[in-house]
Amino acid sequence: MRRPAWATAVGLLLTAAMLFPVYWMITVSLTPASDMRKSPPSLFPASPTFEGYQRVLREQLPYLATSLLVALGTVVLTLALAAPAAYSLAKLRPRGRRVLGFLLLVAQMIPGIIMALGFYGIYVKLGITNTVWGLIFADSTIAVPFAVLILTSFMASVPDELLQAARIDGAGPWRSFVSIVLPASRNGVVTAALFSFLWAWSDFVFAATVDAGGRLQPLTLGIYRYIGNNNQEWNSIMATAVVASVPAAVLLVVAQRYVAAGITSGAVKD
Amino acid sequence: MGSRSTARQLVGWAFLVPLVAYLVLCYAYPLVTNVDLSIRDYTVRTFVRGGAPLIGLANYATVFGDPAFRTALLNTFLFTAASLVFQYAIGLATAVFFARRFRLSATLRALFLVPWLLPLIVSASTWAWLLNSESGLVNAVLEGIGVDRVNWLTSPSWSLVSVTAANIWIGIPFNLVVLYSGLRNIPAEVYEASALDGANAWQAFRHITFPLLRPVSAITLLLGLVYTLKVFDIIWIMTKGGPSGSSSTLATWSYELGFGTMVPRFGLSAAVGNVLILLALAAGLVYVRLQRRQDVA
Repeated sequence: MRRPAWATAVGLLLTAAMLFPVYWMITVSLTPASDMRKSPPSLFPASPTFEGYQRVLREQLPYLATSLLVALGTVVLTLALAAPAAYSLAKLRPRGRRVLGFLLLVAQMIPGIIMALGFYGIYVKLGITNTVWGLIFADSTIAVPFAVLILTSFMASVPDELLQAARIDGAGPWRSFVSIVLPASRNGVVTAALFSFLWAWSDFVFAATVDAGGRLQPLTLGIYRYIGNNNQEWNSIMATAVVASVPAAVLLVVAQRYVAAGITSGAVKD
Repeated sequence: MGSRSTARQLVGWAFLVPLVAYLVLCYAYPLVTNVDLSIRDYTVRTFVRGGAPLIGLANYATVFGDPAFRTALLNTFLFTAASLVFQYAIGLATAVFFARRFRLSATLRALFLVPWLLPLIVSASTWAWLLNSESGLVNAVLEGIGVDRVNWLTSPSWSLVSVTAANIWIGIPFNLVVLYSGLRNIPAEVYEASALDGANAWQAFRHITFPLLRPVSAITLLLGLVYTLKVFDIIWIMTKGGPSGSSSTLATWSYELGFGTMVPRFGLSAAVGNVLILLALAAGLVYVRLQRRQDVA
């Protein structure tokens, strides 16, 4: 196949245009506060400063820790619910599983803002607003249906012969799940975990409703309050934004294959 | 045999019990709560203590009678339509381009995913600063080429355009990835045959790529529709639906009624949310039907 150099050149230009806002976020995060209102703004950080990042370290560490806690909690909860269910849907195939599959598809389509108001109503009644685990339960609703569906498709590809052999050797359903199906669908587990982490980490809707007055608030609320409070400190806001983007960057570098698989699952059948 | 298969059924459902309990607790319960909120007259006091009087569909009547409803509905439609058209067109163009598989194409395609992966608050605040009236880069560039500054986020005639542009940027990667994998499934022989017949690149696109991609396109657009109806973060962070409702959609208006003011009106907020959910489910059911039909085919 021809591999023309001009295509690479055009590709580089397109990518540069697409990623320009990201470049701008990084540039602004390194710009001294005194240059923030300069007109016209300089296109690259002429005198880079880390004052924005220093403020992040001073003021945003508790938010950062909460985000990490919430995201990890969401991953654990999501996998604990989704993996056994996916095993059943893919390998034990009980009657009624189609209805459940349909409900999961529908669940993915419910706008987060509606779930948020419902959760808020319940949490107020029970007196559990502003708790980390309350936020974890709310955040998990973004990830659980997706995780079940993607794990089901991964587990369905584990050969049935393997499970039959295990059954003959006396392994029960639980044993087969833990020592055969789960290890064999490692990639699916990684994909589900990565996406649940990213979505809980990025969540703003649930944090703004069920955790807005909490002692422990996630980073997305930290950024939101920065924007609301001080319009002058955009280098700190953008520095926090850069820090908040780190998981996305890590995800792309270590698990690019899975990311594309996650996006296309449900949309395209191979 | 019969008893064994019954046992198998039971084991199968035993593995599903946690998920089913979860769906009841974390999906059905909030949704039912929402319906309950929408048919009662809540105040902050009764919201906490309970005992709000049932008022039937009065909240819905109030919502439908509010001029803000028509604005939000129209904005939701415009925001969704413009987002879908541009995301799809740009996504398809870049997918066709990347299908050439040049040097670095895989790396660049991966980098195109970045906007989709970033937390929405990150994208929204970056765009808000780019479009800032006084110090934003976009206005600086406009001024540099002799065009007047635009109040992107604070003028009623531009706010919806601005949030739509940011949302298009976020949605391009999804369209690119799905359409690209659809393109990869078109067999190369079809193109070879058409090349032998002397078709040029445009003809090949019009008569081969586009028709063969139709099922994937339909799925992409429908999923895009479901996602776009949900959008809340971007708009709320950039403009809060303002100024004076000019960029409000059903999602932001619902949030604003419940959480955006000093006097929360949960009943109205829930009513708007339930209207939105009907729209989302309608789009979702079309998607499920289409997906089923393609599975059969």
